[in-house]
Amino acid sequence: MSLRIVVCVKYVPDATGDRRFTEDLTTDREAVDGLLSELDEYAVEQALQISGNAEDAEITVVTVGPEDARDALRKALSMGADKAVHVEDDDLHGTDVMGTSLVLAKAVEHIGYDLVICGMASTDGTMGVLPALLAERLGVPQATLLSEVAVEDGAVTGRRDGDAATEHLRAELPAVVSVTDLSGEARYPSFKGIMAAKKKPVETLDLSDLGIEAEEVGLEGAWTAVEDATERPPRTAGTVVKDEGEGAKQLAEFLAGQKFI
Amino acid sequence: MAEVLVLVDHADGSVRKPTLELLALARRIGEPVAVHLGTGADTAAPVLAEHGAVRVLAADAPEFTEYLVVPKVDALEAAVAAVSPAAVLVPSNAENKEIAARLALRIGSGLITDAVDLTAGDEGPVASQSVFAAGFTTRSRVSRGTPVITVKPNSATPEAAPAAGTVEQLTVTFGEKATGTRVTSRTEREATGRPELTEAAIVVSGGRGVNGAENFPLIEALADALGGAVGASRAAVDAGWYPHSNQVGQTGKQVSPQLYIAAGISGAIQHRAGMQTSKTIVAVNKDAEAPIFELVDYGVVGDLFQVVPQLTEEVKARKG
Ligand SMILES: Cc1cc2nc3c(=O)[nH]c(=O)nc-3n(C[C@H](O)[C@H](O)[C@H](O)COP(=O)(O)OP(=O)(O)OC[C@H]3O[C@@H](n4cnc5c(N)ncnc54)[C@H](O)[C@@H]3O)c2cc1C
Ligand SMILES: Nc1ncnc2c1ncn2[C@@H]1O[C@H](COP(=O)(O)O)[C@@H](O)[C@H]1O
Repeated sequence: MSLRIVVCVKYVPDATGDRRFTEDLTTDREAVDGLLSELDEYAVEQALQISGNAEDAEITVVTVGPEDARDALRKALSMGADKAVHVEDDDLHGTDVMGTSLVLAKAVEHIGYDLVICGMASTDGTMGVLPALLAERLGVPQATLLSEVAVEDGAVTGRRDGDAATEHLRAELPAVVSVTDLSGEARYPSFKGIMAAKKKPVETLDLSDLGIEAEEVGLEGAWTAVEDATERPPRTAGTVVKDEGEGAKQLAEFLAGQKFI
Repeated sequence: MAEVLVLVDHADGSVRKPTLELLALARRIGEPVAVHLGTGADTAAPVLAEHGAVRVLAADAPEFTEYLVVPKVDALEAAVAAVSPAAVLVPSNAENKEIAARLALRIGSGLITDAVDLTAGDEGPVASQSVFAAGFTTRSRVSRGTPVITVKPNSATPEAAPAAGTVEQLTVTFGEKATGTRVTSRTEREATGRPELTEAAIVVSGGRGVNGAENFPLIEALADALGGAVGASRAAVDAGWYPHSNQVGQTGKQVSPQLYIAAGISGAIQHRAGMQTSKTIVAVNKDAEAPIFELVDYGVVGDLFQVVPQLTEEVKARKG
């Protein structure tokens, strides 16, 4: 039996760009170029490794996002995923994490899965809760924030480095996993991979395909509301001195003036 | 007055500082009721009471440590059912955010994560968040259900506000999903004797410029002289010079101390995401063009191998 792996990947504005909000206080996805969230590359990488160790596996990458989000799918396909699903619908604009988790849960069920792999957090929203929400919605175990992951005998195991302790986890499949940036460097797409990706199937779904009503998602359907967004005032220029042998003394003087010593 | 649930972050009943900060925030919107899961509720209760908890709902069960996340969600859900609170506040950390999210979904409520401030509003609590690597501050509220809000450490000052803090047993029935993910082994992190990175008032971090694990004691010595915690950039962590649990940044810890000192760190956006809200920022870097200098209140362009040990001596001398 083939192991069905679904990887959730997000298309995000480049963190090194000048990220901002639009007038309706949603993330401006026009101002800055987008890309496959770097943290989701780790998820694709682990999917490829698990697939490589399995007798037979199929990797589907799925994204919920605007038209351009297709770029993220292409990248994942060129890394080696087998097929892609793009959930795109104008009514999705402004969806919060609760709505996104609903759409992804329906999409993952539509695709069919034994293992869902997510990144540890999106680089724009940085909530790091979607994998847990997905597990709650799907009613399957969550084995999240893994820095090592393996699939064996119908179960997923892994290492989770928490704040207070390092834990080893085990959950029966089907399950939802998220992996950290310690799980292993993601591969670069090869030229062959990039060429092959062009021929791989990308299925596009809208809300009605997934049986979701417009009111359940989007800005209107969100369970939270952003009241305002203020750009952080630039920090007032500080003092910068060149060390000519007195740098440490000058710095100590400053720290004493601020009552740190 | 409406009650506000506060999930207690503790180690065997020793309450961590962020929980005390949450109690202070909870008092702005109602009467705090603490939820203590695991051992040590009797140890924790007096401290919680001292900071305003009118009641302490306590539950202990092996499930909390033997299985991941879900048992605690079940318990918090039971607490919500018992109290019908005006809001649920949870100290932000990776596990607690997952607990908060699943709870919010179950009770049909909106979720706000990583708030840095909280005020009472006409339509419920308003939470401030620092987003896009601290480039923006947003204010949001939950528009559906009972607000579930996770709050970052150092977002408020703990306040003494003596209250009854009566310990009451919370009855929890675990659902069938509670045992889905088994914790097969657990190794507690070794105590360093230094303050917790996310809670510390002063953080001294080293980056690629530290140039080797063998040089990190220079950073530690400065941190110790100042009574601070030690952080590291991802470059230093990836090189194996310092443990990942000390990484500051987007995929490490987000810190917001009174004083942040960066030595040999360039100031990449992903590093800034974890330290830009620090009150006072200091950098030592030999490259005058390093982006970290755009953030500093005080910067020294120089060799950290000269400046850092000299600074440590200066601090020790001044502290006497
Ligand atoms: C998705 C993603 C997540 C990331 N998450 C994080 C994160 O959580 N935390 C993080 O830190 N990074 C993170 N990064 C990496 C980040 O982009 C940078 O690569 C990293 O922060 C660089 O670390 P650094 O400043 O120590 O090294 P460098 O950028 O190499 O800078 C070293 C600095 O040290 C100075 N220096 C060298 N020698 C000396 C000396 N003797 N005295 C004084 N100064 C000296 C140099 O001038 C230079 O400015 C992430 C990247 C990505 C893509
Ligand atoms: N719109 C999306 N489409 C597909 N996957 C997503 C989307 N948003 C979040 N994810 C997945 O959920 C993880 C955590 O996201 P978050 O909770 O938003 O930080 C990401 O690393 C992705 O794997």
